[in-house]
Amino acid sequence: MITVGKLCEDFYALTAAWGIPWIVPTLVVMTVVVGVVVAYIAVAAMFLIWWERKISAHIQVRFGPMRVGGWHGWAQSIADGIKLLLKEDIIPARADKVIFALAPMVVFGASLATYVTIPWAPGLIVKDLNIGLLYMVAISSLTVVGIIMAGWSSNNKYATLGAIRSAAQAVSYEVPLVLSLLGPVMLAGTMSMGRLVEAQGGTWFGILPRWFVFPQVVAFLVYFTCALAECNRLPFDIPEAESELVAGFHIEYSGMRFAIFFLAEYANMVVVAAIATTLFLGGWRGPWLAIPGLSAEVSRGLFSLVWFQVKVYFLIFLMMWLRWTLNRLRVDQLMDFAWKVLLPIAFANLIVTGLVMTLWK
Amino acid sequence: MIPLSHYLILGAILFSLGVFGALTRRNAIAILMSIELMLNAVGLNFIAFARYLPQTMLQGQVFVIFIITIAAAEAAVGLAIVLGLYRNFKTVNVDEINLMKW
Amino acid sequence: MTINLAIFYVLAAFTVWAAAVVVLGKNIVRAAVALIFAFCGMAALYVLLDAEFLAAVQVLIYVGGITILLLFAIMLTSRISSPTARVINDQVLLSAVAAVGLLVALIYAAIRGIPEFPGPPRLPETAPFIGRALLTTYVLPFEAVSILLLAGMVGAIILARKE
Repeated sequence: MITVGKLCEDFYALTAAWGIPWIVPTLVVMTVVVGVVVAYIAVAAMFLIWWERKISAHIQVRFGPMRVGGWHGWAQSIADGIKLLLKEDIIPARADKVIFALAPMVVFGASLATYVTIPWAPGLIVKDLNIGLLYMVAISSLTVVGIIMAGWSSNNKYATLGAIRSAAQAVSYEVPLVLSLLGPVMLAGTMSMGRLVEAQGGTWFGILPRWFVFPQVVAFLVYFTCALAECNRLPFDIPEAESELVAGFHIEYSGMRFAIFFLAEYANMVVVAAIATTLFLGGWRGPWLAIPGLSAEVSRGLFSLVWFQVKVYFLIFLMMWLRWTLNRLRVDQLMDFAWKVLLPIAFANLIVTGLVMTLWK
Repeated sequence: MIPLSHYLILGAILFSLGVFGALTRRNAIAILMSIELMLNAVGLNFIAFARYLPQTMLQGQVFVIFIITIAAAEAAVGLAIVLGLYRNFKTVNVDEINLMKW
Repeated sequence: MTINLAIFYVLAAFTVWAAAVVVLGKNIVRAAVALIFAFCGMAALYVLLDAEFLAAVQVLIYVGGITILLLFAIMLTSRISSPTARVINDQVLLSAVAAVGLLVALIYAAIRGIPEFPGPPRLPETAPFIGRALLTTYVLPFEAVSILLLAGMVGAIILARKE
């Protein structure tokens, strides 16, 4: 949205007029942006936790949280958060304290760092890096390292097993994930998230929007499956299987540290859905009307913001729906599926896309 | 503008740290980690040259891609060898793997 | 002291400290975590050198691949070793001399040997440039490296699997 950029420029001009060195307004703007992103993550995670409980309840023909806060228990997440904050912080006696404390920070830091290149609205990105997509994939691979650190430093066999399985699963599913993302990148010719959305403008035959999901259906399905596996969601739930591994790599974490892992998982879900929306579903594109009283750009920006959130939460709803409907894959089935099914399909999609692009030039 | 010599000196420090680690550590995995450090220092040198020396097609950066790839392959094979060693000798201390010493 | 120089010094100090922990650390898992920090510091230095594509590749492959391999190997080969087990072997003096000698030689070469060029103009995007170079001028090393990776994969699987 053009107004945010203009606000920043006015702020810089104001502080320059007062004689303050340029580093001060830069730091202030950076702090405000980080604050906004963290606030968004916190609110979104709390909403998603409540929503998941409601969706799971209705799929299982029950009600879910109904009491806390009045209408359908909307304040349940806030109550859960307060409960987790007040719990005792237990560190196992023979655990490696430094790495035990560092692991949740690495996982949450990696999830937080991927919010830098998400295009919320036209022009509303924290920083439109020209390798935006590659940056997001690279930083999300840091969560695997955090998970291994958490599992190893807990000094607990179940935790170590869960960490090893989670690392194997995440690393295996990263390969078809990156390959499936290359299809839209080839179609758009850029890795920058803002330009990827701009490349999906216009319509075919007047009604079908030029989103990349239509020529790249296979890539979308492969990406969605791999994204489920990267978030450790069912049906790829082995690392966190409550009935198998007693919560896997975060067994020994309690209180605030566990809350950070939990937050990081839901933040990761939003990021993954945001990447899918940007690359396949046209990002913030959608029909918009001019709101009387505001300029055209601002109303387009507001509508785009809403459309982006609608698409992201629709994909998250799909993820939650799949979680409570499908059953869990075994570890060897999981690895088979990644290497023997998804990887050849992703390669085939890449080759076919390249061929079609070359022949239809 | 940061002078080129700063980057080269940093690369030299990291490389000699890696050499020291590769020559003195007893754990085979720690030796592999020091080798990765050496490869990284070399990569830093290449990219510094790609930035500061007149080049037509970023040869320095292309070469670093090859370095990263080869480092990955070497780490994989090296760790597989270490696993094989552990299975046979029950230790990864290179000092204790001396069956062929006369 | 421009801001670029200050950032360079901070990143360089961070990377050298992490490398020192890798080389001298007693606990091998802490050394591996310090290696992760060293790789991230190097990626930040690459960004400072306008090589942003390589910085992302460095994080993706080194941190997201090689360090996970290293941590797996550490987990599979760790024994309960006594805390007083020696980390450094008997060659400390000789290798310290060798390392310091190498360092002095390299610093001398860095300060005296390289003429100060002004540097080419900065490219707006390095990724398409590198891609084109890899597929036109450097296609032979590219294919050779892919065969090397295949051979490495097959070899590692054969060496590491259970008999």
